[in-house]
Amino acid sequence: MPAALALSGLTKSFDRPVVRGVDLTIAGGEFYALLGPNGAGKTTILRMVAGLLKPDSGAISIFGVDALADPVAAKRLMAWVSDEPMVYDRLTPLEYLDFVAGLWQVEPDRARRTAHELIDWLGLAPHANDLCGGFSKGMLQKVALAGALVHDPRLIILDEPLTGLDAGSARQVKDVLRQKTQAGVTVIMTTHILEVAERMAERIGVIAEGRLIAEGTLAELRARIGRETTLEEIFLDLVARGSQAA
Amino acid sequence: MSATASLFWLARHELRLSWRDAMAMMTGGRRARLIGWIVGGLAVYALITLIAWFSIRPWVEAGALIDPQVLLVVSGMGLLFWAVTLSQALEAVTRVYYARSDLDLILSSPTPGARIFAIRAGAVFVATFALGVLLISPLVTALVFQAGWHWLSAYLLLAALAALSVAIAMGITRLLFHLAGPKRTRLLAQIVAGIVGAGFVIGIQAAAILSHEGFSRLAFFQSADILASAPDADSLLWLPARAAMGDMPAALLLLCCALAILGVTIALVAPSYGRLASAAAGLNHVRRPRRASAHAFAPATQRQALRRKEWKLLQRDPWLLSQTLMQLLYLVPPALLLWVNYGAGDGTFIVVVPVLVMASGQLAGGLAWLAISGEDAHDLVSTAPLSQSTILRAKVESVLVVIALVLTPLLLMLAVTAWPMALITALCAAVAAGAATAIQLWFRVTAKRSMFRRRQNASRAATLCEAFSSIMWAGTGALWAAGSPLLVLPAIAALGVLGLARLIAPKNA
Repeated sequence: MPAALALSGLTKSFDRPVVRGVDLTIAGGEFYALLGPNGAGKTTILRMVAGLLKPDSGAISIFGVDALADPVAAKRLMAWVSDEPMVYDRLTPLEYLDFVAGLWQVEPDRARRTAHELIDWLGLAPHANDLCGGFSKGMLQKVALAGALVHDPRLIILDEPLTGLDAGSARQVKDVLRQKTQAGVTVIMTTHILEVAERMAERIGVIAEGRLIAEGTLAELRARIGRETTLEEIFLDLVARGSQAA
Repeated sequence: MSATASLFWLARHELRLSWRDAMAMMTGGRRARLIGWIVGGLAVYALITLIAWFSIRPWVEAGALIDPQVLLVVSGMGLLFWAVTLSQALEAVTRVYYARSDLDLILSSPTPGARIFAIRAGAVFVATFALGVLLISPLVTALVFQAGWHWLSAYLLLAALAALSVAIAMGITRLLFHLAGPKRTRLLAQIVAGIVGAGFVIGIQAAAILSHEGFSRLAFFQSADILASAPDADSLLWLPARAAMGDMPAALLLLCCALAILGVTIALVAPSYGRLASAAAGLNHVRRPRRASAHAFAPATQRQALRRKEWKLLQRDPWLLSQTLMQLLYLVPPALLLWVNYGAGDGTFIVVVPVLVMASGQLAGGLAWLAISGEDAHDLVSTAPLSQSTILRAKVESVLVVIALVLTPLLLMLAVTAWPMALITALCAAVAAGAATAIQLWFRVTAKRSMFRRRQNASRAATLCEAFSSIMWAGTGALWAAGSPLLVLPAIAALGVLGLARLIAPKNA
């Protein structure tokens, strides 16, 4: 079975190199956390995977589909959620989900059923027919997440999805993601909340200066730095080493 | 700053923000563009001044006679100008209440809301006056050099008109808040602004059409009937016209009165600013339940889904009305002309064709910007499994359908009486709308829908190309309707404008 995501030699430069030859393989059904300091290149990597940026070189494969040669087929399999919720102020959550289902060509009955389930699941039912313009950041993020899930993607890419969420909303989002991975969906997430990565991710990748400097399970990363400590300590140690090496 | 912010300090803050905003919009972050702006701006200004110079020369050489006829024309044209000024002031004052991103910060500070309002009302006055100066200064400059410095009085009158406009706009907005509440004031103010801006023009044109079966506002003011009913030359009603034409004491008197009215209005309206602005800002946190659509989750292709979304957003856009209402209202006179001349020959309608074509191009430009550039969920649409060309095609279709809906009733009226004219109009309007949409496509930049009002500033080149293209297609339509073979000239010019737009458009768009 092909990997959910396979990156090889991925590079991208703007005014300076931002991503430098990243190789990464993530198996189907895995929860993968991508960590790194600000400006390390995490978001750029994910935007290239989502088809929002074109890499300068390298290859991206999603469930065996070459995302650069056939982006439409690759996009059909995945969903992208950024830290800035991509929601229209003047659509209601239900109208938004209807629109997303239309873009992904979800069969109407299934779309309606899934949309209502998601709305209930995420606690949005009382506001299903309110315009999103009056929503809090947490509610908008939940609407965006519902949009990402309404077309049943096999790969969900989340860039800082918990930024600005209150504890309750963050818990709901984490529960949804956990259930999705249990159902076989692959999740890749960047986060600065290391406790979330520590508790939820099966494998963790650390990016610094555009390079993947370490990856593995929490135990493997601990073994790598040679002491039993928290992910925060591991992360800071690895990033410091990565910066020295660069 | 130890105490609360002084008026001067706040004014400096507003000025700095406005200056940086203007610079950013003109240069797009590149300083070199500023030189282009200065050189290009001076060249255009010099050209307009030259045209004004030679236009007024015969009149000045003939002795610059100021008789009731001249006073009537100046008053009429001044009223037209003032109506547009008032409309812009109304929109600007509404934005003082509704569209400031820093309201939360400023209103939570110990600075009195009334002081902030006074500064912002002052800023609206300065902006309104400055725009007027830019528009009339070529004419005034030509008059000052040819007929004497006393023509500078026109600027005093302009300041008086700007002050009066802002005062009336504040009064209307405050009244609307009182009568309709913060929820409806924004919409109502936009409608009033549109009606005020276009209403006087339309009224004069309607009167001209009904009385003379013509379209010319100037001819209306020069007509014998109007002249006969005008007051004597020494009437006080001519005071603004005299102030515009070099009467310095009259100009000073009007300016003093207008500034006094502005000051009193600010003093009356300012105390409620904090409360009303907070109420307006609170609207963003108010839930607006809507009835679930019966068409939700109905089978649809990807293009249909995109089109439906665009139409829903256009329908619900709170600022769209102010940007398009005037364009739509300008369609009223041609509709009236069609109605009045029902059953007449083709010749009567020649004047209607360019108006409809022009309106179609301008409306398409605005809507195309909203659909193509003003995409609030750009990442969502870009990560959907459909090609970029499919996305663009759907958005263009959504715009053209709206234009077709607006024009169809007028085209049907035209077709009943003169079907060849309807055909010409339909063809030229479609081409003008297509051209304006194409220009917006070539110059597209990802932006928030809320930036709609500033779309002209984002790319002056796109705005100018769009305007010239619409004018040229309108000219093509007019000459075609008149049966003139010269129609190929504006058509070629329009294609040239399109080619130029394609050439200068950013390549990565």
